[in-house]
Amino acid sequence: MAGSYILEMRGITKVYSNGFVANKDVNLAVREGEIHALVGENGAGKSTLMKVLFGVESHEEGDILLHGKPVKIDGPISAIDMGIGMVHQHFMLVPSLTVAENIVLGREPRKSGVLVDMEKAIADTAALCGKYNLKVDPAARVRDLPVGMKQKVEILKALYRQAKVLILDEPTAVLTPQETEELFVELKRMKEAGHTVIFISHKLNEVKELCDRVTVLRLGRTVGTADLAGLTEREISRMMVGRDVILKIEKSPAKPGPEVLRVRDLNLNAGDGRPILRNVNFSVRMGEILGVAGVEGNGQRELSELITGLLPFARGEIAIDGSPIRGKSIRQIRDLGVSHISEDRMTYGVADRATVSENVISDRFGKPEYCTRGFLRAKEIKKLTSQLVEEFHIKCDDASAPVKTLSGGNMQKVVAAREFSLGPRLSIVNQPTRGIDVGATEFVRNKIVELRDAGTAVLLISADLNEILELSDSLIVMHNGEVAAYLPDSSQVTETELGEYMLGIRRQGDEEIRRVCHGR
Amino acid sequence: MNAWDIIFTTEFAFMVFRVTTPILFTALGAMVSRRAGIMNISLEGMMLVGALFGVIGSTYTQSVLAGVACAVASSLALSLIFAYFVLKLRSDLILTGIALNLMASGGTVFLLSVLCGDKGVSTSMNSLVVPSVDIPVIKDIPVLGEIISGHNLLTYGALLSVAVVYLLINKSPMGLRIRSVGENPDAAESVGISVIRTRFTALIITGILSGLGGAFMSMGYVSWFARDMAAGRGYIALAAQNLGNATPLGTCLASFLFGVADALSSSLQVLSVPAEFIQMIPYVTTVIGLVIYAARRKRQTAKKSAAL
Repeated sequence: MAGSYILEMRGITKVYSNGFVANKDVNLAVREGEIHALVGENGAGKSTLMKVLFGVESHEEGDILLHGKPVKIDGPISAIDMGIGMVHQHFMLVPSLTVAENIVLGREPRKSGVLVDMEKAIADTAALCGKYNLKVDPAARVRDLPVGMKQKVEILKALYRQAKVLILDEPTAVLTPQETEELFVELKRMKEAGHTVIFISHKLNEVKELCDRVTVLRLGRTVGTADLAGLTEREISRMMVGRDVILKIEKSPAKPGPEVLRVRDLNLNAGDGRPILRNVNFSVRMGEILGVAGVEGNGQRELSELITGLLPFARGEIAIDGSPIRGKSIRQIRDLGVSHISEDRMTYGVADRATVSENVISDRFGKPEYCTRGFLRAKEIKKLTSQLVEEFHIKCDDASAPVKTLSGGNMQKVVAAREFSLGPRLSIVNQPTRGIDVGATEFVRNKIVELRDAGTAVLLISADLNEILELSDSLIVMHNGEVAAYLPDSSQVTETELGEYMLGIRRQGDEEIRRVCHGR
Repeated sequence: MNAWDIIFTTEFAFMVFRVTTPILFTALGAMVSRRAGIMNISLEGMMLVGALFGVIGSTYTQSVLAGVACAVASSLALSLIFAYFVLKLRSDLILTGIALNLMASGGTVFLLSVLCGDKGVSTSMNSLVVPSVDIPVIKDIPVLGEIISGHNLLTYGALLSVAVVYLLINKSPMGLRIRSVGENPDAAESVGISVIRTRFTALIITGILSGLGGAFMSMGYVSWFARDMAAGRGYIALAAQNLGNATPLGTCLASFLFGVADALSSSLQVLSVPAEFIQMIPYVTTVIGLVIYAARRKRQTAKKSAAL
């Protein structure tokens, strides 16, 4: 069958300059005229693989074969010339230009040699629209188009450049259900016209509906390729979601106290009106870790930013120990005893050019212990810093070293030292161990358990299934901006079950979910 | 004498065209840079260098055309230095612009003193001016003829440039590429347009236009070079393109607005108001213009988010 592969990627290995292995010996073989799904969790290496294919990233090992012949793709231009088109997740369009202008950009038809032949550009665009039955007004300005239309423009751009293989990177992530349906009809028509489509997604129902075959990636490796015809969604989800090494965390059963964080009827819309959070309800009690599981981009980030005051307030209610945070500044929210480990360490976690010492006092330097009559008390600060450096095992030459000289794990310990050392009432912990070494991971996880045992209410958001299942006492699953399930005992949850909730195959009834509000 | 008596005269209207010319050239140049995504503050220096080299060129060749060519070439050279630093070496836009402006300010005075032993003006040099022309037929129309006929060739050149820049930006492939590079460089790059090369081209166009603006200063507006004679027109030009929303026609209208302010500052000096106060007018207009622009922009964004 090898002859019928239009595109093959063999043994692709990609190591980023920071040593992160994004793809390890990955294989992908796509048949001519099929719709091939590429699925996997966040960080499984899908996007990296496609960047390699499109020439945006170079690869260390492996070959790319087009029509059975090895090719060298050294940039998007050569990819386009070979008939590979990419529809990026973030559209590559110029908003103030018209649809036709965007499509012909770089290959403009000319009249009398100097000016753009706009009539021809519009006619060509209209012809292309007609051929593939994509309904877009060639003369409309791109900035006035809804997202679904913009995506059609991106597809047309690739087709105008004679793409035979079309890569769509999570195309439905930004679409409404109606737009998604339309897209599927269009993609199927393209397939009939002889095009090959690579469809990246983690929405299994869509993959099942649209695609012919699927390749599953997990943790940078190929799990396998299979015909979708004989495969259930459940089976795909089992291939995608799986635990590898299990780090055991020693912890005693939680002894939950009264409610600390209360979230009720929380709703948030994106700038373009798409809902991000819908009617989110839950409570976190003293001395418990509530995990939030879910594929990234299902509202978790916004949820943590709303609770900590980083995002302006949306519809609904958030209260900490009974006092609503609406209208409160970040400072005031922190004064209620809220601490926050952000998933974005370099933006919200540390000031990378400031010293270790400056970073750990950045939430308390104004307090009388550290500041008198407008002057910082160097001695007290030094004492606190050395105490925290010791307690949190921060490996640094000196507390006056800039944080950017530290490793990722030690940077995260600096953040944890600051956020955990004031004895918070509530701690919002978002991806606490992402990208850090095993030792630091274990340390931070143990600290979170310690914090819980001291009575802090912890909301743990993580895309790492291992972490969620090991660390949290109970958990909720977010899907599509909604709480899809409440699982009161994490130790009883299997990853298969969790995977099904995360990927939207299953959803609990409202009554069941409502239990996370603990009777209120 | 009453201020209105000064303003409602054909002489005043004629003067508006004259003082708008350098601003218009340079503002169009600023606009082209801006559309390519470059806030170019080195225009002031480009004008200044252009003005000096127009004088030098025309003195030594005794040819008007060669003088203007020298002005354009010198401004273009400065623009290419700017482009090299900003695009190739990735230095900071603003700091590079300031450095070039200071260099132009000091360098022109130095060259001036070397060439004619005077650090103030070039009157000892036998430089030429670009001729003025009467437009047949129109020159005989009362009022209108007095206002728009008899201008310096470069003034007509500036008006013509509006149309040329319009065609370039809105109708030519290069313009399409310049606009795409300015708005979404990633999108341009993804279809094979070189962002750096496109920006270089835009800066070349900017250099030519500001050189013409500079040439007019010393070969039309007056017939000599004086130290720092651009007097902030490079910055005013930048404000004009901003106020004009970076469109050719808008930039042209905004340039005329600043031209009116400039003309007022010259004409009203005969009144008993302190001259320094009158001289503030163009600059105050600039500030007001920028405030109006910012306010309008804010309202538009507010409207946009309210619509969602």
